[in-house]
Amino acid sequence: MAEENKLKYSPKDFKSDQEVRWCPGCGNHAVLSAVQRALAELDIPKENYVFVSGIGCSSRFPYYMDTYGFHGIHGRASTIATGVKTANPGLSVWQITGDGDALAIGGNHFIHAVRRNVDINIILFNNEIYGLTKGQYSPTSEKGLVTRTSPYGTVEEPFSVGELVIGAKGKYFARTIDANVTLSTQIYKDAARYKGTSVIEVLQNCVIFNDGVHENISGREVRDDRTLTLRHGEPMIFGKNNDKGLVLDGLKLKVVNLGDGYREKDLLIHDAYETNPGIHYMIASMRYPEYPVALGVIRAAAGQTYEMAVEEQIRSVGKNSEIKCVADLLKSGSTWKVG
Amino acid sequence: MGKKPQIIEREEVVIRFSGDSGDGMQLTGTLFSDTAALFGNDLSTFPDYPAEIRAPQGTVGGVSGFQVHVGHKEVNTPGDLADVLVAMNPAAIKANAGWIKPGGTIIYDENNFTEKNIEKAGYEKDPIKEEKLDNCIIIPAPVTSMVREALKDLNLEPKAVLRTKNMFALGMVYWLFNRKFKYTDEYFEKKFKNKPDIVKANKIALRAGYYYAETIEALSPKYKILPAKLPKGVYRNISGNTAIAWGFLAAAEKAGLKLFIGSYPITPATGILEELALRKDLGVISFQAEDEIAGICSALGASFAGRLAVTSTSGPGLSLKSEAIGLAVMAELPIVIVDVQRGGPSTGLPTKTEQADLLQALYGRNGESPVVVLAASTPADCFHFAFEAARIALEHMTPVILLTDGYLANGTEPWRIPEMDELPVINPPFATPGDTPFLPYKRDEQKLVRSWALPGTPGLEHRIGGLEKTIKGTVSYTPDNHELMVKTRAEKIMRVSGSIPDLKVQGDESGDLLVVGWGGKYGYIITAVRELQMEGYKVSMVNFNYINPLPGNVRDLFSRFKKILVCELNLGQFAGYLRMKHQEFEYQQINKVQGQPFTINEIKQKCYEILKEE
Repeated sequence: MAEENKLKYSPKDFKSDQEVRWCPGCGNHAVLSAVQRALAELDIPKENYVFVSGIGCSSRFPYYMDTYGFHGIHGRASTIATGVKTANPGLSVWQITGDGDALAIGGNHFIHAVRRNVDINIILFNNEIYGLTKGQYSPTSEKGLVTRTSPYGTVEEPFSVGELVIGAKGKYFARTIDANVTLSTQIYKDAARYKGTSVIEVLQNCVIFNDGVHENISGREVRDDRTLTLRHGEPMIFGKNNDKGLVLDGLKLKVVNLGDGYREKDLLIHDAYETNPGIHYMIASMRYPEYPVALGVIRAAAGQTYEMAVEEQIRSVGKNSEIKCVADLLKSGSTWKVG
Repeated sequence: MGKKPQIIEREEVVIRFSGDSGDGMQLTGTLFSDTAALFGNDLSTFPDYPAEIRAPQGTVGGVSGFQVHVGHKEVNTPGDLADVLVAMNPAAIKANAGWIKPGGTIIYDENNFTEKNIEKAGYEKDPIKEEKLDNCIIIPAPVTSMVREALKDLNLEPKAVLRTKNMFALGMVYWLFNRKFKYTDEYFEKKFKNKPDIVKANKIALRAGYYYAETIEALSPKYKILPAKLPKGVYRNISGNTAIAWGFLAAAEKAGLKLFIGSYPITPATGILEELALRKDLGVISFQAEDEIAGICSALGASFAGRLAVTSTSGPGLSLKSEAIGLAVMAELPIVIVDVQRGGPSTGLPTKTEQADLLQALYGRNGESPVVVLAASTPADCFHFAFEAARIALEHMTPVILLTDGYLANGTEPWRIPEMDELPVINPPFATPGDTPFLPYKRDEQKLVRSWALPGTPGLEHRIGGLEKTIKGTVSYTPDNHELMVKTRAEKIMRVSGSIPDLKVQGDESGDLLVVGWGGKYGYIITAVRELQMEGYKVSMVNFNYINPLPGNVRDLFSRFKKILVCELNLGQFAGYLRMKHQEFEYQQINKVQGQPFTINEIKQKCYEILKEE
């Protein structure tokens, strides 16, 4: 990768002078370092990065990046990021948000940013809990979770980020685990290069209020058997011994053991660029224990971005209009002269 | 009918077109106004329509009106009482009975005065008699049957025929005021470019109405209104919403920036977004957001990225934007928020006028959160104040709230088109990379304004946001730092007063009574005050456009009058604000909250009352 980076940044170049104030052991530390690594490996001038966030633990992120940054208000990061990117499409715009910020108070903005396909990269830290307000349930909390505001367990169905993104006509969805810095770095780089709204769900651990929430799939002992890391063009294979895979059984996905009458060539081949969202939706929805949880870039279908469509319209209308400056406009239409 | 029509020369006349919301009264009024403007009359218009797009036909709730005041002399308001009322149905009589001048003219569609419609409007038998309008000149015209007859050879759908009724009525009014068809014909040709039949039908209906009026001429006097004496220049007719949009465009050009509007449709502010959405040819990015909050936040993002950013809304939308305005105060980013006020609270009276958002604009946020507040006075000067709002926002790095109202937004008046050279250049305080690290909250000593560092500029990387910061942009909860920053932000806004003009008195610089207005009720107050001055009273007027900060000469000016009367369409918000800012004076009030402006007479009566007191 070194030769691709003509600008020769190191992760250190993206560290601001601010002291990082997340709790020791918080998954956010790993996300920060993966993002700084990814940026160092990309061929984008540092001054072109803008990090926008809402409110929540993860939303302090822009302060720790030595780039342009805008720490917004609760739930509104998508809207600010949309404004920045549309106003200056030359910038690389990143939205840092959490499950409460993006899916509860900011749910409306989130789905509309995705629908419009503004070219922003949304890193959604999903720890299934409110951390900054000290432990209330979130829209992704598992049903029944006991928290300070659900002392008898929640009675709500949680959102699944991937299903929501695809339902909102999203074209890019990836999933990673906070501690998996190598995979995360690859995904951030891929998302940065992708033209359109990319949503990256990070399964992140809150060491204080929801410790171990993803442990049943991310634990060192179990992760190979309980997650499936997708790579475009490669078969959907997983397991400690690479002995399990996915096939389509009728209209459903099915986990099979290789050798039990199945060979590698029978497995589904991952096509992230497929525009039809059907299979991506099924993959994004997979939950342990019935299925492995899918990681990697699940969907990366091509489509026109919002800001480019806006620019194109401005160009074409401008070309055909007689109004070239404000003075032309003021004098257009019916006017009359006095004196 | 050998009698020659009586021709009355008048200084000014008020005409009100009124009918069902589907009768096309807004278009009829607009065509009449544009024709009058091209003729050279001064004018002021006011569309008065229901919030419902199509309320039940024939009901009073569904009446849509358009009032236009045309004059040879200066016209400042759409007028109180109508000289001529065009009523397309009995409900239109019901809705307007109290607004016709004694001895005025009423033209109505007699075909629509059926038993059923009369009953629907709440009358027993004869609306004219029951409203005691017998003293008016009544012209019943069989509008419906006449257009059917006139258009029978065109083989149009019956519905299309009925749609020309308004043009028949307009034709009658054109005869009354001796107006030409040219502008209206051109409008038909442009509007219905691909429907020659419809162009023809409208032209025929317009002429049929004109000739019908001519045939029955003896029934009403004809009015003659000479062109007004306006200052030299090229003029156009403009509404407040359009003027706002154009003012922003002019400001963007003068600042060398592209314009971004992030907005959500809301009555009566939507016209601003619509007008700017048209202006792709001038590079405008118009973003119709998913809600009010997204509207302002997208604009804030665009401001951070270096655009002239604006958002438009009306009262309830301003409530939704409050938190984001607070963020703009904290981030010290330039942004203009237009609030086209309407009757409130809550959804209130969406299409009616009120000035009750003043305190919301000044104080409706958490924390010490000062912003600049301006208010426009007339449809045409919305251009100037949109430009001013943008200038102050950009040069002082602050949110600016610009207040207008439904009357200004949809009302129109002639506007002398300025040359772009007449407008000042706007100089935003752009940051340039230097030898030392960029400090986002470092300020210039005079205005206390921080500089604007645009993403994409190497060496100026910085972070801002809603948390309290030090000069470096570091988050800080230190007590002394917070107090220092709060006071600095307040002082920054106060220092805007250094770049705003003094208040100008209309009338003598001292006297018995100073009538004080603010924003969009200027026209009514000045008309009343001028009449009082003609009657010999020592009354003057000031209208505030700069609300926060107030102009520098308020104290000096107020001290030269024996009494002060504050006129506003709320329960006394500006009067209360003045009491806080200038406690040394006593303020009397005239207030109204009916969704309607003051009448000139109401203001005058209050003035007489005060002048009589010892």
